[in-house]
Amino acid sequence: MAGRLDLRNGRVELAHGGGGRAMERLIGELFRAALANEWLDAAADAARFEAPAGPLVMATDSHVVSPLFFPGGDIGSLAVNGTVNDVAMGGARPLYLAAGFVLEEGFPLADLRRIVESMAEASRRAGVPVITGDTKVVEGGKGDGVYINTTGLGAVIEGLEVGPERVRPGDRILVSGPIGDHGVAILSRREDIGFGTELRSDTAALHGLVAAMAEAVPAIRCLRDPTRGGLAAVLNEIAHASGTGLVIREEAVPVREEVRAACEFLGLDPLSSANEGRLVAFCPPEAADDLLAAMREHPLGREAAIIGEAVADERAFVQMETAFGGRRMIDWLYGEQLPRIC
Amino acid sequence: MKYVDEFRDGAKAKALAADIARLADPGRDYHFMEFCGGHTHAIFRYGVPDLLPDNVRMIHGPGCPVCVLPVGRVDMAVDLARRPEVILCTYGDLLRVPGSRRTSLNRAKAEGADVRMVYSAADALQLARDHPEREVVFFAIGFETTTPPTAVVLKQARAEGLPNFSVVCNHVLTPAAITHILESPEVRELGTLPLDGFIGPSHVSTVIGSAPYEFFAEEYEKPVVIGGFEPLDVMQAIRMLIRQVNAGRAEVENEFTRAVTRAGNRKAQALVADVFELRKRFEWRGLGEVPYSGLAIKGDYAELDAEKRFALTYQQKRENQACICPSVLRGVAKPTECTLFGTTCTPENPIGSCMVSSEGACAAYYAYGGAQAGRDVSPVEA
Repeated sequence: MAGRLDLRNGRVELAHGGGGRAMERLIGELFRAALANEWLDAAADAARFEAPAGPLVMATDSHVVSPLFFPGGDIGSLAVNGTVNDVAMGGARPLYLAAGFVLEEGFPLADLRRIVESMAEASRRAGVPVITGDTKVVEGGKGDGVYINTTGLGAVIEGLEVGPERVRPGDRILVSGPIGDHGVAILSRREDIGFGTELRSDTAALHGLVAAMAEAVPAIRCLRDPTRGGLAAVLNEIAHASGTGLVIREEAVPVREEVRAACEFLGLDPLSSANEGRLVAFCPPEAADDLLAAMREHPLGREAAIIGEAVADERAFVQMETAFGGRRMIDWLYGEQLPRIC
Repeated sequence: MKYVDEFRDGAKAKALAADIARLADPGRDYHFMEFCGGHTHAIFRYGVPDLLPDNVRMIHGPGCPVCVLPVGRVDMAVDLARRPEVILCTYGDLLRVPGSRRTSLNRAKAEGADVRMVYSAADALQLARDHPEREVVFFAIGFETTTPPTAVVLKQARAEGLPNFSVVCNHVLTPAAITHILESPEVRELGTLPLDGFIGPSHVSTVIGSAPYEFFAEEYEKPVVIGGFEPLDVMQAIRMLIRQVNAGRAEVENEFTRAVTRAGNRKAQALVADVFELRKRFEWRGLGEVPYSGLAIKGDYAELDAEKRFALTYQQKRENQACICPSVLRGVAKPTECTLFGTTCTPENPIGSCMVSSEGACAAYYAYGGAQAGRDVSPVEA
């Protein structure tokens, strides 16, 4: 192959991961061009950066979503937002990202460009640069187009101390908006199921919302983003780690009509449907109203709600008062509700 | 959601619960079996038992198609799936049902077998059209509700002359299973299974109608109320059953009038009769061999019958001896009476089939708990 990268009709070739000129062209003309920043411009294998004093957090996440493009986002924006959110849920302000790409031979370069540009856009919007990266190519048939791993580094917000072990009986449970959008949006575009809906993935970077929440209520006890396994999985993890029971009220949990209908139709549970732009927060009861108000003032928390509370229960059960008037357990999802959603 | 929320209304549930409590005679117990897994699921999902008086108890019947499929049939599916030329497609939950020696379709899939989950029989037919170079086998399971769609794809495959499509028919019949339960020694002689009435299937009855149950009501003097799958339907059916018991009546009543008629769906029945015939006997997990309880593909459609195309022979296999699914499916034991429940046998690692499907009694007990589930989920004050 000679000359410039054919970003219109070209395809990923094994040579693009081979360490030679082809790889250099791919990195230079695609990745570095789109993600442009001083660290990538330095074209070194490792990025050198300054970090503020105090504790740091680090999180990593591999993204293998299928389909790669879905209503409301794609694997590129998801890879940025997902890791930014993991760092933010550690009570930190995200500083830098690193990205590793595994590309499948034969993947259209035009699609790769769309993905990388979407990633760059998400990174710019979040104000978190991708400062180092890596690209590998696997033979055709041995991958699924593109896999992206991202690692994020962040500085803990001063005065904020969050973790599931800090949850106490009486704490209120809040969610930042309607649950289940991402899972259902992905499902709607899977070729084997496909159904028509206007629903979009909720993928979004939540660190701005977290900063606003931390400023209003520094006493937040725990933050989590209910991604795979949805709200049900996150609540069970927190109950388990904190040794408290959790009780939520079905009527208080915001769920969009489209999500309820799709789940009803397909026999799924919105509580187990994935989210990529929502968070769950725990705070002392006296701070709940302030926290709710702060969340609702932020664009990503307009539909926030208080959905329940932690209770003394050493069995650490998660229960829901059903709108019907009974009470049921909420268990982890077993197996996979849907294949590869993030 | 219109036409759904109306049947899950909390205020109406409260009023019904109060009326049931008023009607239920404190001097006696009421034992009602919901035959269908769909009812079992609704009962647990909405916390219906919390709304019933202590002396009204629900017994969970064998109406879960995944749960009643015997080990030998699962093995048959696994063996078929392992053939390199075959794409085996079936409904979701079946993939996790354990066969003998801890095999399952999921495990076969992990080992390289081409197993596809489909949402409908039509999806399986489409797979055959899309993969003319492969043998696409639809492993059909289910009661009378899923039988007509299987009949439709068999007819379509015949009309299109699709050479690479075939079906393993595991369809079973509800009335035969109910008769079997009523004839079982636990009910007839030992009295270990007190049964005061049935909540009849909702979806199955849209196809077969309410008439087939009239036999039980008369012959065995058991009231039957056909009820919908929504929680208010279930509560209303329970109230109707209590009224019948109190009045000493044993009749077939229809709560699910918005979908079920006495005659059922004649078109669907004709379709099924056209393509399928009764098997002399069919093995059910939990119930053993039940006479005239399963369907086979008629000789006229033999070329589409995978059992013939691949010369499959059914072999009865032993189940895990510690698993009490057979008793659970007959309503004789509660899931929590099993030593494996929640310890060795969990939804992640099911030993018995009742733990696999969300309609299975064990899985419903496990997932939704409740004070009645024996997991000691006493309500905590929020």
